[in-house]
Amino acid sequence: MGDLFSLFINSVFIGNILLAYFLGMCSFIAVSKNIDTATGLGFAVIFVLTVTSPVNWVIYHGLLAPGALSWAGFPDLDLSFLTFITFIAVIAAIVQALEMVIDKYLPLLYTTLGVFLPLIAVNCAILGTALFMVERNYTLMESIVFGAGSGTGWMLAIVSMAAIRNKVKYSDVPKGLQGFGITMIIAGLMAMTFMMFSGITL
Amino acid sequence: MTEEKINYIDIVTKGIWRENPVAYQVLGICSSLAVTVKMSTAIVMGIALTVVTACSSMLISSMRKVIPSNIRIIAELAIIASLVIATDQILKAFFYDISKQLSIFVGLIITNCIVMGRAEAFALANKPLDSFFDGIGNGLGYTLILVIVAFMRELLGSGKFFGLTVIPQFVFDAGYQNMGLMVLAPGAFFIIGLLVWLKNSLPGISKEER
Repeated sequence: MGDLFSLFINSVFIGNILLAYFLGMCSFIAVSKNIDTATGLGFAVIFVLTVTSPVNWVIYHGLLAPGALSWAGFPDLDLSFLTFITFIAVIAAIVQALEMVIDKYLPLLYTTLGVFLPLIAVNCAILGTALFMVERNYTLMESIVFGAGSGTGWMLAIVSMAAIRNKVKYSDVPKGLQGFGITMIIAGLMAMTFMMFSGITL
Repeated sequence: MTEEKINYIDIVTKGIWRENPVAYQVLGICSSLAVTVKMSTAIVMGIALTVVTACSSMLISSMRKVIPSNIRIIAELAIIASLVIATDQILKAFFYDISKQLSIFVGLIITNCIVMGRAEAFALANKPLDSFFDGIGNGLGYTLILVIVAFMRELLGSGKFFGLTVIPQFVFDAGYQNMGLMVLAPGAFFIIGLLVWLKNSLPGISKEER
């Protein structure tokens, strides 16, 4: 239990998927202009990551990993080269299914999350988390915790960025630096603050 | 013939400089930052992305009349993912060390906005060969930014260039120290931010008011 907790804290703060691994930058820059939309997208990412990570884990370890198909009589088969295409298809399919389910049963949630769900299918953070999970050999429980932790970390980063950008609107930023430039520099400063956590061991 | 040639050169240079995907269209920065600690990984990543973008643009463009528009995203993803798998296998076979260092970032070419962006914005409306050169141009533009960022990070962060120490010893003796910050994540953010500032401030190519 303690291990899982420290893995969670680790993926939220120390190995923040956005500020330490640069995943999900595109939507981070594009959607961080407004706190409400940033929060909506953040929740959607947490949601999708927590669902897709275990599903991808099961598919990888049940079908794709070297020797995983021994239950079907193919102990020598190594389908791990299909990892990328399977993961992206699984993510796209889950996002699509989620969108339909939410639309049908939770219309209130759909109005806030709905617009962001298609964006998430091509968010590098989702695919990146799935690939990290394979590379670091997590167990099923660890992959769920890691997915939720990465999502939380991503949301924390995008919401704080949206808040900072709200304030920056009233500052006198040099002309060439306005927009994208200053956003990157703020992201750099945020990454520095998050690095403060890196000495912590739990 | 010559006119066509000029046209291709024009398409390529547009991607490299005037409409550089990273600096102007803010695409594909996700991966461009993580692989820029060293020159060698940056260059390999740049080449891989250029090949994937060029080939996927060409393939998607040649199929643009067959793909129904409501499932085009998934069709494009399938094409891109297959090309990325091929690239990843080639890297693993011939450049194993570098592919280990790039770790998951080769796989992330699939979700790199440049590849999808060029497919959506250019390949769906243009001829295969034009799209191929457009892919090359945008890939090279991306590589250019990667190489600049990697150059600064490797030089300032570890005093090296392609793994060779270039900052002479007497500079260190005089009290110079490597900037550890540059090797870490924030360094990449700062360099990209400052590069964009530089590019927007250069005379003649500044964009209209945002």
